[in-house]
Amino acid sequence: MKRIVRATVLVRPKAGILDPQGAAVENALGHLGFSVSGARVGKVIDLEVDAADEGAARAAVEKMCEQLLANPLLESFEVTIG
Amino acid sequence: MASPQPRIGVVTYPGSQDDRDALWALAAVDAEPVAVWHEERELPDLDAVVVPGGFSYGDYLRCGAIARFSPATAAIVEFANAGGLVLGICNGFQILCEAGLLPGALGRNASLRFVCRDVPLVVERDDTPFTTRCTRGRTIVVPVKHGDGRYTPPPGLDPAQVVLRYGEACNGSVDDIAGVCNEAGNVLGLMPHPEHAVDPLLGSADGALILASLADAARTHALAAA
Repeated sequence: MKRIVRATVLVRPKAGILDPQGAAVENALGHLGFSVSGARVGKVIDLEVDAADEGAARAAVEKMCEQLLANPLLESFEVTIG
Repeated sequence: MASPQPRIGVVTYPGSQDDRDALWALAAVDAEPVAVWHEERELPDLDAVVVPGGFSYGDYLRCGAIARFSPATAAIVEFANAGGLVLGICNGFQILCEAGLLPGALGRNASLRFVCRDVPLVVERDDTPFTTRCTRGRTIVVPVKHGDGRYTPPPGLDPAQVVLRYGEACNGSVDDIAGVCNEAGNVLGLMPHPEHAVDPLLGSADGALILASLADAARTHALAAA
């Protein structure tokens, strides 16, 4: 019996990969008077997955990340289910 | 007998911009340009393929990530795996990286600025089908116009796969890499636009060296097939 499982994918620039967007955001926050460092900009992808259970949904979403949602050379990903 | 005109395809995806310039430039270097639509599952009879610049499928998710799934891209992957000559320019380079035909990935320019200007390129190899009319160690001038051209090679990239390097800082690419080929040498991707530099009136004719090299190699292929 399949059901809808909610999943959230967090895609981040990998450690050590230059993130010019993060640098620009950090700079802009500095202009607002905030003292921050280490800003990195990634993306969030929300999904509703047809799956038998949460384990199957996680396995499917991890495959999606490897095949499309993240570029393994530049980005890391984190999957949250439910 | 006159040497046959090689047939070189240029793919048009939704959002391609430089397909018409590429068709025009290929005719200028005495090739027969053949327009290929992104929905075509089988390529017509071709001696080479150019994947042009632009913003295919809006460049959603990542540049080139969606174009990888178009029927024409699947046909190009098959063509390349059979030894066919494939040249990816700008967005075409990004698509070929996403499709796994070329190593590495392209990210946002380090400056965060869109760069649009002529750049010097140092020729690292003049023995590929795309650079036989160039001279190793010489500099050619070809324009760039991109926001996502910062090349990151995979760990352990064979330096022999680097065909072109920027002669000055351009977009933050690792080791100033501007163009790379696959291991077999029949697929080249580069961010600069040779199709915009085939006539001195356009500021430089150096791009014609790359396209005419491709036309030469494609002509050899056409003759062998005849």
